[in-house]
This record gives sequence, structure tokens and C-alpha cells, in this order.
Amino acid sequence: MKKMICLAVFAGLCAPAAGAYTVYVSNEKDNTVSVLDSETLEVTDTFDVGQRPRGILVSKDGKQLYICVSDEDTVKVFDTATLKLLHTLPSGPDPEQFALHPSGNPLYIANEDDNLVTVVDVKTQLVLAEIPVGVEPEGVAISPDGKVVINTSETTNMAHFIDTTSYEIFENVLVDQRPRYAQFTDDGSLLFVSAEIGGTVTVIDVTKHQAIHKITFEIPGLPDETIQPVGVKVTADGSIIYVALGPANRVAVVDGKTFEVLDYLLVGQRVWQMAFTPDQKYLFTTNGNSNDISVIDVARQKVIKSIQVGQQPWGVAISPN
Amino acid sequence: MQWIFVICLIVTGLSCGANAAEKQVISALVLRVDTPKTKPISRLDLPPDDLGFAGGALATEDNQTTGRFMGQEFVTQNIASPPDEAVAALEMAIADGVQYIVVLADAPMVLKLADAAGNKALVLNALAPDDALRNDECRANLLHIAPSRAMLTDALAQFLIWKKWRNWFLVEGSHPEDKALADAYRRAARKFGAKIVEERVFEDTGGARRTDSGHVQVQKQVPVFTQRAPDYDVMIAADEADIFAVYLPFHTWEARPVAGSAGLRPVTWHPAQEAWGATQFQRRFEKLNGRYMRPEDYQVWLALRVLSEAATRTRSDRHDVLEKYLLGDDFEIAAFKGEKLTFRPWNGQLRQPILLVGARVLVSVSPQEGFLHQVSQLDTLGIDQPESGCRLEGR
Repeated sequence: MKKMICLAVFAGLCAPAAGAYTVYVSNEKDNTVSVLDSETLEVTDTFDVGQRPRGILVSKDGKQLYICVSDEDTVKVFDTATLKLLHTLPSGPDPEQFALHPSGNPLYIANEDDNLVTVVDVKTQLVLAEIPVGVEPEGVAISPDGKVVINTSETTNMAHFIDTTSYEIFENVLVDQRPRYAQFTDDGSLLFVSAEIGGTVTVIDVTKHQAIHKITFEIPGLPDETIQPVGVKVTADGSIIYVALGPANRVAVVDGKTFEVLDYLLVGQRVWQMAFTPDQKYLFTTNGNSNDISVIDVARQKVIKSIQVGQQPWGVAISPN
Repeated sequence: MQWIFVICLIVTGLSCGANAAEKQVISALVLRVDTPKTKPISRLDLPPDDLGFAGGALATEDNQTTGRFMGQEFVTQNIASPPDEAVAALEMAIADGVQYIVVLADAPMVLKLADAAGNKALVLNALAPDDALRNDECRANLLHIAPSRAMLTDALAQFLIWKKWRNWFLVEGSHPEDKALADAYRRAARKFGAKIVEERVFEDTGGARRTDSGHVQVQKQVPVFTQRAPDYDVMIAADEADIFAVYLPFHTWEARPVAGSAGLRPVTWHPAQEAWGATQFQRRFEKLNGRYMRPEDYQVWLALRVLSEAATRTRSDRHDVLEKYLLGDDFEIAAFKGEKLTFRPWNGQLRQPILLVGARVLVSVSPQEGFLHQVSQLDTLGIDQPESGCRLEGR
């Protein structure tokens, strides 16, 4: 559904609009998910999902929405057409982050309380494996070829490389304090791991399992301690890395080749997680302490709008179509 | 006093990638020196037998999980000892090859133990708040995990200044530690621009701590004790000995809040603290130990985590290597306080935010916004380098 639209924020500038996608934002404190239209950039719906929703993702076909409902110790699956609950998945206690295999199945869930990564078959709804990892597993990422799942453990300060066939850890890479989030490049060659308390993003060579660079941040006028990297996203061509800097209220724009910071984009307070629209025209950020999301125009590297959602927005996921 | 001898050797059978021959063992002793004390006023404050050790048990579990990926093993031994046997316990552990001693003791005992350890072990103070230990009496082999009194009082003072509660009514106890705490509040008032408009001393006249229906007398005595004061914003209680402070809230002559040793308290830990991922940490502790975590437990946990972090990063088990790393620029540790903790290299004090807690929830965390420092905002808490009396070679 391509058409020409004029976005008010462009002040009369007309641009060819990409297809409208549906954006889902988990509101940690409201127990709801806000639904937005990526074209009008307006909230179209809000629905209750249960106690303390955090991690959120959409299935490959766009038909199902998976949400870590942390305080109910479960992952809930909603129908994106009706926004009705389909079923729950066994996640282990207090699920926060998860990743779906590129084939659409299974789901890898970090269980912070039990130092486990739980692997769940989304079709049979059965637990396939429980993998012991470091203390307080948090971030989960899966390689584009589906062969490796990465888990970061916040107190052990490692990225664990797990074989998706054998469910065994085959490599551990030390990173900085409190690793939060892991993200592969689309070609699978590099892995980025953010360290919230360390204030860095470690760049890991995936084939060598070695840290090759540490991205650091410096913002004039802000104390070092407030720069706390959390969410990381990379453009499809790997040229630009976006890093959400938490209470620094900014998203860092980082060169994907030199790993130098090019710019800091001011967004809302306590910027946490991010998601691209599938065409990578927009990047959405959740701003937990200002109860809004920011929309970044990727080509122009500008924040074009902030949109009020529920209380303490945590995660964001966008439909593939 | 009976010897309480608790030994807890945690050796997991978990497999690890490293060759057994290369395996490093990092052995620590948690030494709690128990001096006879009167019972706390509130039975909620009765110390559990495993006070401090419980935090060590969790840290050792955490460290072992990391260690199994690194080919390192973390072993912790717990000893609760009377004062006259503490040095012997430390010496025996050192003779057995223990290089790390986490100490829960008062300041004179901490110094005695640090001096007995000499260059054979690194001592981590997990309890004594005395500023003297960080200043004129500092030691090269002694690190401070517990915050100093000046750090705690500065943390509260910053919040009270932020609230614009500048006029303080200071009530101090009659024990030496109460006087030291009151002095720290006087210093904090000068540092941040508060005014102590009234000072009174609450004499400890002895007697039973708790009596049936004792509240009847408290309700009459405390108002009388606190009346006829100049106008003030907040009452500050300096009562480390736990003699009177918990009686002050709701009983003051004027309707004023209480802070310090009761009411709004500066602490390192509280079981209601959930910020920065602490919920999982609290739950892991409670699952392992069957009770809430206390500041002493947190401080021992942190001491052992600090050691493990240094051992992981340096891939060493030697105390001189670890100490050098801990005091260097590269060391940092996450400890559920929302920012990294580092050491002040000039006196071995761990920089840390301080929680301000009420009875049921976290009220605030200091340093407060707007209190700035050229090195670290955390250095707005406590005695800073230019004022420090600690002079150690090479620092």
C-alpha cells in the first residue's frame, strides 16, 4: 500500500511513504501494549496484557505477538489481528528478554532467577532444553544463520555462545559490567554487546569469538555514570550502529566501520530498547521515564517525533508487513 | 563466649573447559568478630546467626558460576570468633594459604587484623564505618567495602538540602560511636550548608532494652526530652549503639520528621530495594538463605564479588596482583546501585551510591542531582582526597 503522503512534521515536504507497519510497545508499568501505525505515527489501540510486560517480538509471519509478562512468569502469545490472547508459553520465572529462531521456532528465553536459558517450541508449547549460563542471564540474540544463540549474563559479565543444535555453550567472551543486550549484524560477522554499567559496547568478531573493539561514549556536560548503553540496532548494510544510552536520554549514532560515534540524538528519558521498521526508514525508541517513544528518521538521522504511550515503555516490536 | 565455628567450603563439581592443572583457587576467609552486645530495641533487628556469611554464600555461588567459565575456583571459609581469638584465626587461615580476609569487626580490631596480615594477605573491611581507618590510620593492605560515616552522613545531608530542610535538631547518644556519628553530621552540615539549631545528648542509663508495655513510658518521656527546641525542620538521630533513635518518630514534641539512625536512614542495602535489577538479586539471596538481605550481608557479598571480578579480569589468584588491579583505572563493578563502583586509590575506599530508606521502601539514592565533582560524583560523599590524612607510598 504505497502512496504519497505529507507528514505534518515535514512542514509540507512530501515523501513517498513506505508501507504502513504496526508498531507494538510494551508498557512495563501500565501492564499494557500500545499499538501504533508507522505511517500516521499515532496510537491506534492499547490493550491489557498482564503484569509487567517487557520483552516483546512479532512472529516472522506477523500473525503473533510474543510478550514476556515478567510478574506472571510467562510468555503470552497474542493474535495480532484480534489482539486476543491465544495461549501462554512456559518461560520459567521472570522472563525479560528473548529471541526467536530465524525459522520462526523455537524461542530462546533468558531466566534471570535461575541462571538458565529456556528453549521453548512455540508450536508444541513444550520446553526443549534448559541451558545453564552465567549469573543473571539477560540479553538474547540469535545469529542470522540460526546456528548460534548468544546470551549475556549481567553479573558474570560474559557473552555466552550457545550451539542451537546441541544446546551447549562452546565459547564465552568477557565484556564490561552488566551486559544488557546483544545484536548481530545482518551478515552475522559481528556481534555487539552493550554493557549498561560499564558504559561501553563491545564489538565481537563472531568467527574468532574475540572482542575486537570497545565503543565508548562521551557527552559534554553529562557525568560519565549516566551513560548507560542498553538497546543496540544495526542497519541492514552494517554501516550505522544505533545505541540507546539509557539515562543519558540519547541515542548514539556510530559508524559501523570505524566504530566512531558520529552523533548523539536527543530522545526521551531513560531510552531503553529500539526497533527498525522493516524498510529501515524509521527507528523507534522506548523512553521509560518520559512515557513516550521517539521516532528517528534513519536517512536523515533526525528525531522527527515523540509519541505518548503508556507508563514506562520498555520494548518495541514492529510487524514485518 | 562460645566459639562459633562455621566452615562452609563451596566446591562445585561443575565441569569447566580449563585443564584441572591450570585451575586457580581463590581462597577467602570471612572473619566475623563478635563482641558481646546488648539486644536491639526492635526484635525485627535481632541479628541472625549467619549475618554477613549469608551474603558471602551468595557471592561464592555467583563467583563459582563465573569461575567455571574461566577455570577459576572460589572457596570461602566463614569464622565467627570472639575478639581474643580473632588474630589467631586469621593467622591460621593465612598459614593455610588464604590470601583474602573479609572482616566484620570494629575499627580497632580491623587495624589489629590488617597489621597481623601484613603483606601476606589483603584485608577487606566490610563493616567498620570509622573515618580514621580511611585517613590517618589507613593501611596499604586494607580496602574498605563498607562506606565511612562521612559518606553515610553526606548522603543524608545532600537529600535534606535538596528538600530545603536546612535546620537540624541533632540528638546524639552517649557512646563513643554515637559521638563519632554526631561529629560526621556536624561536618556534613558545614559541608552542605545546613544549620544545627539544637543539640542534645541522650544518655544511655542502661537497663533492659525491651519491657512489656514499655511504650507507655516512651510516649511520655520522648516528647519531654525533645520539647523547648528552637524551630527546626528535621531531627537527626546519631545513635549507632541503638539506644533511643527508633523511639523518636511520632514521639517528638513538634511534628517533625526524624532521620539518621531512625526514620529516613542512609544504608548500603535494604530488602525493599528493587531498582537496577536488584529484584533478582534479592530473590537469589532469599532462596539461598531463607531470609531478607541485611547491609552486612550485602557488604560481604560485595567484598567477595570485588575479589572475583579482579581475579576474572587479571586471570590471577595473587593478592598483590588483584590489589593493584582493584586500585587501578580499569576496575569497575556493578552492584545493583545503578552505576559502576570503583575504588578511591588514595585510601582504598570503595565509591558507592548510598540508599536512603524508610521502613518499607526506598526513598531516594545519593549523591543527589546537582552535587558535582571533578572526578566522580560519588566523591561528593565522604572525605575527599585533598582533605584526606591517608598518605601511602605509591598512591
